[in-house]
Amino acid sequence: MSSQSFVTILKEWDIVAARQMGREIAKQLGFGTVDQARITTAISELARNIYLYAGEGQISFEVVESLEQKGIKIVATDSGPGIQDLSLVMQDGYTTSGGLGAGLPGVRRLMDEFDMESEVGQGTRIVTTKWVR
Amino acid sequence: MRIPILKLHNYLLISIQTELDDQTAIQFQEDLLKQIHSTEATGVVIDLTSVEVIDSFIAKVLGDVVSMSDLMGAKVVLTGIQPAVAMTLIELGIHMRNVPTALDLEQGLIKLHQELGE
Repeated sequence: MSSQSFVTILKEWDIVAARQMGREIAKQLGFGTVDQARITTAISELARNIYLYAGEGQISFEVVESLEQKGIKIVATDSGPGIQDLSLVMQDGYTTSGGLGAGLPGVRRLMDEFDMESEVGQGTRIVTTKWVR
Repeated sequence: MRIPILKLHNYLLISIQTELDDQTAIQFQEDLLKQIHSTEATGVVIDLTSVEVIDSFIAKVLGDVVSMSDLMGAKVVLTGIQPAVAMTLIELGIHMRNVPTALDLEQGLIKLHQELGE
């Protein structure tokens, strides 16, 4: 069973809209306050990356449910410049924007599953999931 | 959206009670520095008790405002950071070293008194 919703990231305010929607879904799923903060912060970072580097993209949310567990799956997609060196952006402290955004290593630490694919000139797609404990 | 800044003797008190978007945070930074200048405040407490999310951008703005105020000669203490926010920030990789903090507003004021030797 799954349900999906999304926020288009175009303006700065859309970052807030995305994290508010994510927090609401996380709350309904039964995540505790700390996990809600983790999820909301991860969404904020992903949305800001889209806004800063791609200019336009989408954050979508999916409730994933199986017999054993349920969680929230967040998919961040853009058709921006793409990431040349995926291992480089996964290094702590790497930035091309002068310190805006703690970057993707932080997002990976906040979430349970993290997967990224990117093609230069085509865009980037990040899929990350957090499970209710 | 403007964040209200209250003056109390030589101090400025701010309680952030709204969802902080980037623009509000930047506006607050500017407003606070102007207030420090016009009121000649020596200490500032920014209370974050009601703030549920601090992402890397907001953390940077807050860290910067501490350094900027310091340049002007005013000490800033951040207070009331929620457990969930503290955990998230560290996991995110943001340590905010060099930023004076205190448990709550009361402790923040005590810290300012000590640091300013008043």
